[in-house]
Amino acid sequence: MSEITFNKQGQMVSRDTIDGDIATLNLGPTHPATHGIFQNVLKVDGERIIEAEQTVGYIHRAFEKLAERRPYNQITPITDRLNYCSSPINNIGWHLTVEKLAGIEVPKKVDYMRVIIMELARIADHLVCNSVIGVDTGALTGFTYVFQEREKIYELFEEVCGARLTTNISRVGGFERDFSPVFRAKLDKFLQDFTRNFDEFDKLLTRNRIFMDRVIGAGPISAERALAYSFAGPNLRAAGVDYDVRVMNPYCSYEDFDFIVPIGKDGDTYDRYMVRQEEIRQSVSIIKQALAKMPSGKHHADVPDFYLPPKEEVYRSMESLIYHFKIVMGETAIPKGEVYFSVEGGNGELGYYLVSDGGRTPYRLHFRRPCFIYYQAYPEMIKDSVLSDAILTMSSMNVIAGELDA
Amino acid sequence: MTTAHPNTQSIVDAVAIATENLASTNLDDYGMLNILTSTNHLIGLVQNLKDNHGFIYLTDLCGSHYPERIGAEFEVVYHLHNLVENHRVRIRVHLPENNLSIPTLVNLYSGANWMERETFDFYGIQFEGHPNLKRILNMDEMDYHPLRKQYALEDETRDDKNNTFFGR
Repeated sequence: MSEITFNKQGQMVSRDTIDGDIATLNLGPTHPATHGIFQNVLKVDGERIIEAEQTVGYIHRAFEKLAERRPYNQITPITDRLNYCSSPINNIGWHLTVEKLAGIEVPKKVDYMRVIIMELARIADHLVCNSVIGVDTGALTGFTYVFQEREKIYELFEEVCGARLTTNISRVGGFERDFSPVFRAKLDKFLQDFTRNFDEFDKLLTRNRIFMDRVIGAGPISAERALAYSFAGPNLRAAGVDYDVRVMNPYCSYEDFDFIVPIGKDGDTYDRYMVRQEEIRQSVSIIKQALAKMPSGKHHADVPDFYLPPKEEVYRSMESLIYHFKIVMGETAIPKGEVYFSVEGGNGELGYYLVSDGGRTPYRLHFRRPCFIYYQAYPEMIKDSVLSDAILTMSSMNVIAGELDA
Repeated sequence: MTTAHPNTQSIVDAVAIATENLASTNLDDYGMLNILTSTNHLIGLVQNLKDNHGFIYLTDLCGSHYPERIGAEFEVVYHLHNLVENHRVRIRVHLPENNLSIPTLVNLYSGANWMERETFDFYGIQFEGHPNLKRILNMDEMDYHPLRKQYALEDETRDDKNNTFFGR
């Protein structure tokens, strides 16, 4: 049996009526369309989803337990592996948390350098998400266009810290070294070419009739429900709430930059896509502003208790040797206290709740992982939609398994 | 360091009314208002903060374990955020080890569902009234709650990683 109805755009849709013949379908744990290891057990009537139940935790690595055993600077590599599409934001967020706990002020130049690195990471993160939405609708070409740009961003990270994906970039108190002339040249080249290549990608998808028909109305969520579910980042903004940590609680001198927080209206896949598209453009603009206004000065704060001295000093001066030893062995004195600090990660408010008892390791560290919190809304968002929309909804929510499972 | 939010005093007053003066409030060094309340007053307090003071956003919910604090070994920490006034508060509830039960916030914030499941999973705290309180990140067969302090991260019989060599 099928009934004929009309959707919002006035197109005719035929809908199979529920005939009580419900099948159970396993989507995942390893399925190419889920882009990560998570399982959804779907109850489907024909193509239509009646109910979904999620199982998560397949790559749980007990980061919060590990963190209770590691000195503060050894926790940075753990944060890499949360949202591995934008590791530098996680790293720098962690360093900002420790700096808040220890009351460290960093020079303006460090703020600007961090902003550049974090915005590059945001671009990389959003590029993956948006191009994969294209892939899931069957448009593979756009993906190949922007993955070249992502590659260039990874080359930039490599120039700063030597690593590409799990970057372990930045230190408590600043950067391990200043931006090199090669980095500046590569970044200038990247900024020059990026907009043109990104526009090509934009032309392939954004106003593409087939793409629009596929994504408009897929997996919507209202602003009220999104707030109730503690959504954050582009997913919350797509629902129409202009909450951005960079604007509400500026860190790293974000108040110095002029940028727009794009918001959507319906909270559907198209709005999430559009919000990310515009955020990429805003990020490019922020990087350009930061480069233009880059202050002079040192690339780290004068905090010998936390920031490693230059290696040649370690061989020559006793104080440097002592500091080096204390930092490497995790013997730096750190105040007792309790802080919550959050940054705007690729997926929204990435928070760190840190309790220190003055010991060499945190007493308690809890990561507020935006993915973990908003992914629980997924069954509600895909209820009554068709299976192919459920796939799109998942990729447009940008659920990253590493951040989900911690 | 950071200054307190201008609305702090009105929230402190509201807390005193909602909990019949039984909650203690203090401002920490970072300008965050900390509220220590009890399981009896938790729902009333959070409901009041949500309905009358704009704390519509549950930022974070987690547990922690302090084994040496007799009678209050466990605590649940809530971070609420008023997005309009940009005001954050931290609410905590102490729980004794022999009675780890606390009312759920799922009816107030849908997002509390998984956060409470995570807290249950790692600390064994029972959220009364939770619709689906089962393990989330660890496997269902596990018979302990791994973030409790009595479970050492590494094999305790190992002696090559002894911290006492370095003073702490």
